[in-house]
Amino acid sequence: MDDQWAAAWRLLPGYLSQHVLLSVVALGLGFAVSLPLAVVASRSQAVRWPSLFIASLIQTIPSLALLALFYPLLLALTMLSRRVFGVGFSALGFLPSVMALTLYSMLPILRNGVAGIRGVDPAAVEAAQGMGMTGLQRLFWVELPLAAPVIMAGARTAAVWTIGAATLATPVGQTSLGNYIFLGLQTENWVFVLFGCFASAGLALAADQLLGLIESGLAARSRLRICSGALGLALGTVAALSPLAGGHGVAGYRIGAKNFSEQYILAELMGLRLDAAGLHASVKEDLGSATAYRALAASEIDAYVDYSGTLWANVLGRRDNPGREAVLRDLTAILDRRDHVRVLGSLGFENAYVLVMKEKRARELRISSIADLEARAPELRLGSDLEFLSRPEWTDLRRAYGLRFRSSTAYQPTFMYRALEDGQVDVISAFSSDGRIASEHLMVLSDPRRALPPYDAVILISPRRAKDARLIGALSPLVGAISVQMMREANYSVDRPGDALTPTAAARALDARIERK
Amino acid sequence: MIVFDRVEKRFGGRTVVGPLTFEVVEGQFVALLGGSGSGKTTTLKMINGLVTPDEGIVSVEGAVVGAGPLAPLRRRIGYVFQEVGLLPHMTVAENIALGPRLARWDRTRTQARTAELLELTALPSEVGSRLPAALSGGQRQRVGVARALAAGPRLMLMDEPFGALDPITRDTLGRDYRALHDRLGLTTVMVTHDVTEALLLADRILVLGEGKILADGTPRAVMHAKDDARVSALMATPVDQARRLEALAGRPADG
Repeated sequence: MDDQWAAAWRLLPGYLSQHVLLSVVALGLGFAVSLPLAVVASRSQAVRWPSLFIASLIQTIPSLALLALFYPLLLALTMLSRRVFGVGFSALGFLPSVMALTLYSMLPILRNGVAGIRGVDPAAVEAAQGMGMTGLQRLFWVELPLAAPVIMAGARTAAVWTIGAATLATPVGQTSLGNYIFLGLQTENWVFVLFGCFASAGLALAADQLLGLIESGLAARSRLRICSGALGLALGTVAALSPLAGGHGVAGYRIGAKNFSEQYILAELMGLRLDAAGLHASVKEDLGSATAYRALAASEIDAYVDYSGTLWANVLGRRDNPGREAVLRDLTAILDRRDHVRVLGSLGFENAYVLVMKEKRARELRISSIADLEARAPELRLGSDLEFLSRPEWTDLRRAYGLRFRSSTAYQPTFMYRALEDGQVDVISAFSSDGRIASEHLMVLSDPRRALPPYDAVILISPRRAKDARLIGALSPLVGAISVQMMREANYSVDRPGDALTPTAAARALDARIERK
Repeated sequence: MIVFDRVEKRFGGRTVVGPLTFEVVEGQFVALLGGSGSGKTTTLKMINGLVTPDEGIVSVEGAVVGAGPLAPLRRRIGYVFQEVGLLPHMTVAENIALGPRLARWDRTRTQARTAELLELTALPSEVGSRLPAALSGGQRQRVGVARALAAGPRLMLMDEPFGALDPITRDTLGRDYRALHDRLGLTTVMVTHDVTEALLLADRILVLGEGKILADGTPRAVMHAKDDARVSALMATPVDQARRLEALAGRPADG
């Protein structure tokens, strides 16, 4: 437990600085766009209704979806820009996060700006006009100063929303305090989840109080309060951003990881190997499954581990199953030819989708293979991870065995295992390399009709680094080096309740075992 | 100084003012007198372009209003109205200095002018550093007059300037302003619905009804005008009050 607190504290400067940078830039942009828009909207009805309507509409989009939507948009733009101008930009991480959060911060500033300016005493406006102020003089000498407390209240709401929503930037590859939450949720590290919640709540609260001080200073025309609030904000921002100042000299190698324990461990392991080879590496965690491949193909990230079956079905759109060797061979050839992505090789284990039941229950029902499930499925409940039910593998599996379950429910993997243990579901979709399969008296159902494709874990290298000898040299020793047993144990060391290791610690242990072999 | 030439203003197809033709010469103190809906405020606001006429021409000091930018014209005209419109986030001195600031005066000149105006409008000098919210209604209206005078206009427009004040303050302020008008050689157009105020302060009264001039003349002439029933009705009350007050003042105290 103490280890986890210590680990959480160690990560804080990095996560906090990214979180603050993201929030400050998004809020600054939001303010810079919303305030002029509010001024125009307060003067013109034709601008007012559409702009407030659109801002409200944006607010109704769940923030996670809004963040996710910017990735394909930016990716299309960067492809276009690469084709037209020969230069692209990163469609992952900072840019989509900032854009989504900027949009998200606009409504309160816009709404309060319009209300504040329109709420200015008409007598003051008439006096300003009558004494011969120009439109701009009226705006800066009369309307904005009088509306300032209301505008500030809007900025305060925007700040709290933005800082909260910034935790959701983690899945699009932008480091934030959300990394604690997503990582913790995945590895059942509640210390991390709590730490992330407290850190982002504390940050939001601090920003809210300081902006509140400025707001009350504006309302009471107290220069002292305005200045101390502004000074507090400035010092806090500078202090939080200070870790960004040093150690960012060279652009390093970026290693991607999808959002589960095995991916964290393997990404850290690749990071360790690059460090050992004297290369600077950073890990981008919590990429979505489809996002990861597209990011790699666009050279947003330089390497990550994916699974042959996933690539076969989702990237190549293939439904057939020619067998393990053929899939790997064809995949290597096609990805190289089509996307210039290099398949470095299989790590030596499979992480296949498998159907799993509790051993006792399976024996009661005399089920040992998926074929046996066919007759029993209408009485059984299926639990799956968030992806499985919408994946082509599930369609194939259902078709091959004519499966029709009584109900199906999607869970975070951690909760899916809990649901199976508690008897809320009877069958789950699990991964063959998951450590929990061995530990919890579970039974993997065989797949006699070979409906599920093979899932060899393979290292993929981006087009930009495909011929990078130093990178290839550092990662090649991992090919064929990890057995399914080693991976299960490493996964379990991170996922087990109680004394779980951090993914970094698990990667070190795995690294040590590979060296000993 | 001011010329109205067949000026008309319509709101939603209905003519609220005009056609109106009159002239105000330099140094005059003119009261625009009328009830609500008589078009007196609309007429006043056409002088500094806060309202644009639909027909006819308004000119001030020979220049047609609306032919050029309005802001420079308005800076040359003092404007005082019932709600005062002091800017609540600025001190009294800062409010008074707005006109000079718009005219880009330097700091020393502005400061001297502010002090001068506080004195001219009989405000104690320590009021300068206060916010408008800390003043009485009468003081606030004095600041309104001081602010309108700050940049040294020759023409003053006033819209019910003392309307919100109690009768005694109102009388004092009215008389103080009339004295300033004479001393500074101003031209003043004042909108009022208070017949007594118009009679006692102005050199000339334009009685307006439904946007048209019903009577135009000196207070004495308007008071005794007999050609328009509406004007006579308007004047009946103050004439009657004057008689009753005279009777009261003439009788010695009881006991």
